[in-house]
This record gives sequence, structure tokens and C-alpha cells, in this order.
Amino acid sequence: MTETYDTVKGKIFTKPFLVLAVLAGLALVLGIYRYIAGLGAVTNLSDGYPWGIWITFDVLVGTALGCGGYAMAILVYAFNRWEYHPVVRSAVLTSVFGYTLAGVAIFLDIGRYWNGYKLFLPWTVNFNSVMVEVALCIAAYVVVLWIEFLPTVLEAYPDNPKAQSTRRRLEKALPFIAAVGILLPTMHQSSLGTLMIIAGHKLSPLWQSHLLPTFFLLSAILMGFGVTVLESILSSVVFKRPFETPVLSRLAVVMAWMTVIYLAVRLADLLFRGALVFTSGSLTISFVVENLLFLVPVLLLVNPAWQKDLRWLFVVAAAMLLAGALYRFNAFLIGFNPGAGWRYFPATQELMITLGIVAFELMAYLYFVKRYPVLPKVEPA
Amino acid sequence: MGLSRRDFLKVSAAGGLMAASSLSPVPVAAREPTPRLPEAMGMLFDATVCIGCKACMSACKEYNHLPPDRSSPESLWDDPRDLSAKTVNIVKLYRSGTGQVKNREIDGYSFIRRLCMHCVDPCCISACPVSALTKDSQTGVVKYNKNNCIGCRYCQIACPYDIPKFQWDHAFPQIVKCQLCDHRIAQGGYSACCEFCPNGASIFGNVQDLRREAKRRLALPVGKVADYPLHRVDSKETRQWVVSPYHPKVFGEKDGGGTQVLMLAGVPFQKLGLPQLGEESTASHAETLYHTLYKGMIVPYVILGGLFYVIYKNTSEHLP
Repeated sequence: MTETYDTVKGKIFTKPFLVLAVLAGLALVLGIYRYIAGLGAVTNLSDGYPWGIWITFDVLVGTALGCGGYAMAILVYAFNRWEYHPVVRSAVLTSVFGYTLAGVAIFLDIGRYWNGYKLFLPWTVNFNSVMVEVALCIAAYVVVLWIEFLPTVLEAYPDNPKAQSTRRRLEKALPFIAAVGILLPTMHQSSLGTLMIIAGHKLSPLWQSHLLPTFFLLSAILMGFGVTVLESILSSVVFKRPFETPVLSRLAVVMAWMTVIYLAVRLADLLFRGALVFTSGSLTISFVVENLLFLVPVLLLVNPAWQKDLRWLFVVAAAMLLAGALYRFNAFLIGFNPGAGWRYFPATQELMITLGIVAFELMAYLYFVKRYPVLPKVEPA
Repeated sequence: MGLSRRDFLKVSAAGGLMAASSLSPVPVAAREPTPRLPEAMGMLFDATVCIGCKACMSACKEYNHLPPDRSSPESLWDDPRDLSAKTVNIVKLYRSGTGQVKNREIDGYSFIRRLCMHCVDPCCISACPVSALTKDSQTGVVKYNKNNCIGCRYCQIACPYDIPKFQWDHAFPQIVKCQLCDHRIAQGGYSACCEFCPNGASIFGNVQDLRREAKRRLALPVGKVADYPLHRVDSKETRQWVVSPYHPKVFGEKDGGGTQVLMLAGVPFQKLGLPQLGEESTASHAETLYHTLYKGMIVPYVILGGLFYVIYKNTSEHLP
């Protein structure tokens, strides 16, 4: 099977690109201010809510949105479904930025960043800490993602013998790189859920469960499918390319089936723990909305005609991402109650930094698809 | 193309192992709850004896070199509203209805001290990725080492009592918490709050002795005069008080796996702002699950091997 990829034609410095650049620039200034004045100066974080939107959105949602590469690698390499191979490259690219920028957010968030290297010293690391697994595994995966993406970059230099020999060597190592690239997200996406088990009673029983790692892992894979579908549709619209409808349609159906499994386990767990008790109005709403969003892909894709309708596929993918994102917000912020008197809503500066990080992510995506052969080549019909 | 039966079985086997390990809510081998250290040091706080003078608060600030925390508009006094990076020990007031009778739940009031409980099985220590929080192997004091701390604040998420506090307004922040005056213990002294408590509401000592003392107080006849040791549990100096009715529980005896700071009160502890915890620390739950998945990294390596084999086969079919 030969697949060819091509760069997207067009200028890099378009108007949207410059708008994104302004947002990213603002975040950079605020980020510098954070290092001078402390976390309290730019965030609404407190001793009750020590983790806010940077951890919940940038890291938890950000890396889950970066699970496109992971979900596609499972399908293509592990389950041998090569019909999905054409979307692997762009999925890996979104993963590269999702994860790299989650790393940036972590560095903004940790208070004593200059001690960060202690995480890599065996004599200071606490191997009982779930945080260690998360931190080391995410750090390793960022490196693996860049290695996975490197052949695409090297392909842009066909006349450079060194680049081409490196590329061939990387392609030979693909089975190993792909295996590591599947193992690492399996480990840290589940461990992100395990993080909250120690919070015990502070997390509402609607989310506090020994199955947190399972739900985080499954929903990360689901979001990986969702983001791959969404990104493919959006890039077809933005770059005026033909839609990859048949692949996306099959992908969405796989996703819907997995969602059925997710919801069944989630419900069974709630019933088993007797946790379907609704004491707080806002938590009830958040819980119901979260699970309704998970139901959307299942309900919409029951209709075979809708499975092939791009508009419905778009809705399904968007609902999947919102569902996974809300689940993460619920399990880390909304369902988290440190006790009376504590409140948290992100500060404007805090939100601006998150927005800037997302803007930078989009800028990088636009740059890379125009500079390097990421998207499948469009064959003139 | 497509999935052959054999490949499906192989992938399912690897995936099944992975799923089994992450799905299993019943761990293979549960981590044993941490036992109490025989020489552990701690404190007994008896809310029925506390008169709310806050001598412990000013002693704590003085001997731990903590800055005043001014909350009133006049900014004259050290008057913290809650624990913070400036205040690691606080006396709070519970009030109900008319607030007339001391140590009564309804239409009464009670004082309560909040400080690090120095857990037997501390969640903060389990959570800390870089061993910045440790438990002294002799005294059991939960100590903080800023030289290791990366400021991730997972200890704050983990602590059931919301004890570790962060310096939000510092460019180079630290976590701040009560360390039971371990610098004073090292020089033969003991916690300043207990040394300066004038009524014996807070007494310092070996946790086993403190537990016995707490049990003794619970058994005292209500309304009779009894001896209450001052400053230290083994002190010869005592004060006489009329015994007030106790809520029949020593907080910290078993709560969350047990604590080295024990508490007695006339009002149920939840009313005083203490959490209702199970008899095991959530640290043991988290570590049990975590170590079940990652023991010796065996499961990850097995999965990696399985994945490599399958992917190697699949890619050699499809790639040149």
C-alpha cells in the first residue's frame, strides 16, 4: 500500500494566524508576570482549590485531545486496521502539540519549577506517588510523539541524504516506537484518574471511584477518536480538501460502540457503590449533562443514514469531546469540594493564558501542515 | 486486510491483561495499613478544657517565625480567619443557636484547634512525587523539605484535613505546615503550643500515653472535679476542672488510618469542621491500586512485549 502525503498550499501568515499570534503573545506576557509575582497574581487558585483550569483543561483535557495519535495507533498498528492509516499523521501532529503544550502548562503551574529535575533523580523520587507515574510517563510520551512525527518532517528534505537515512532508520524502528507510543498513554491516561483516589471524601461519590483509572483511560481513547474525526472534517473545510467521509464514518461507529461499553461500566460502578445519590443541585446537573453528552454519539449513530452524514459526524465528534472534557472537569474541579468556604472560578488572566496556549497550538498546526507533508495527497479526479 | 482471528486473539490477550489490571476493583494484594510508631510523639487537644485564649497561636507564630496574618480592616492584630501559609495553628469557634452553654451541640459553643494531625499513614507523603514530605522514623512527625518540593500542590489535594498551605503571593513559594516544633523537639523541648497552653487543653507526649489519657478522660464522671495534666501528658503539674460531658470518641484514634494529634470534644467532631473518614487512609487505597498495576513494572513490560510482537507482524505485512 502506498500513501502519499502533501503540504497544504498557501501562505503561513494569514489573518487568522496573526490573531492567534496576538493571543499567544498576550499569554506569554502574562506568563512572564506569573513568574515574577507568583501564582496568586494571575490565578484564582487557593489552598482549597490548589488545581484549577490549567491542570483541568490544559493538562487533563489537553492531553486527552492529544490522544488522537494514541487511538489511531491502537486501531492501525495493534488491530491491523490499515484503512485508517491515512489519518495517522495528522492525528500524531495534534497529539504532539496537545502533549507538548500540556507540558508547558505544567511548568507554568508548578510553584517550585527550578526543582523540577528532582522528578528524574531516583533518590528523591517517591515511587508510591501516582504523580510520579503521570509526570514521568507524560514527559516520556512527549519525546516519543516527536520521534513518531519526525519522519514527516524529514520527508520534506528529500535531497538531504542524512535526513533520509535517519528517516529510514526511524521507519525500521516503527514497531517499537508504536508499541511504546501505545503503552505510555495507556499508563498515564489511566493514572491521571488514579490521582484523585487519594482525595477521598473531597471528591463527590458521583466521581470518586476505584474505577477512575478505567474511566479516564476509556474516555481518553474515545476523545482520541472524536478529535481525529473533528480535525479531519475541520481541516477539509478550512483547506478546501475533499472529505474523508467513509473512514470517518467507520471510525465514528467504532467510537459509538466503545461509548456503550464506557457507559455500561460507569453505570454499573455507580449502582455497585450505591453512589447514585443526588444531594447537590449543581452536581446533579453537571453529572446528567456529562452522561447525556456521552449518550449523543450512541443515539445519533443508531441511524445508519446519519453515520454517513458529515454534519451528524461533526456533532457526534464534538459531543464526544465535550463529554470527555466535562467528565474531567467534574472529576477534578466541579465534583471536588475541599470544605465550606472555598470557591474557585478561573481568573481572567488565568483563562487568557489557557487561551494563548490553545492559540499557539493552532498556530503550530497551521504552520506544520503548510510546511510539512502531513495530510494525505489529494488525487486530482 | 482486516483482522485475522489469530491477531485478534493476541491483541485481545494483551488488551485483556491491561483491562483486567485496570478494571479490577479488588486489588491483588492490598497494601497493609501503616502501624503506629512506638515512639511517636503527638498532642492531645481537649476542646472541653480550651478557653479560646489563643496563647497557642501566638506561641506557634513566635517559635516558628511566622508572620502575622491581618484580616481586619484596621490591620492591627494577628487575626487569621483560617489556616494559611502564615498560620499553621488556629483556634476556631463553633456556635449553635443561642450559643449559651460551652461544649454543647445545640444552643452551645465549643472551641476547636486546627493544625496538622500528623497522620499515621499520611496522604500528603504518599502523594508527594519528590519525597519533600516525609515521616520521621522516630517521632512520626510529618516534615517538609523545601529543597525537594516542586510546588505541584498534590499534597493539598490529598490531605483530608486541608493542612498543607501554599505561598500564593510568592515568586519562590513554599508549602507551609505544622511540623510539631520538631526543631524544638531536637533540642529536648516540645511543641510551643503545648508549652504555652495555660489550661492543659493541649498536652504533648508519647501518642500511646496520650491515647490512654484521652480514654481516662472519656471515663471520668461528669460534674465531678478531676485532675488534668498541664503541658505534657507525663507532667506532675496538673489543674483541676469540673468534668464536662464528652462526645464519646477520641478523634484520630482510627480516623483516616489514625493520627498523632488526638482530639476530645463535647460536640460531634463533624460539627467542629473535622471530616468523617474511614478507618484506612486513602493513601493505602491509592497505593494498593497503583502498585497492583505497576508492581515491578511487570504488567507494563508484558503489554509492551505483546504490543511489539503484534505491531511488528502487522507492519511487516503492510509496510515495505
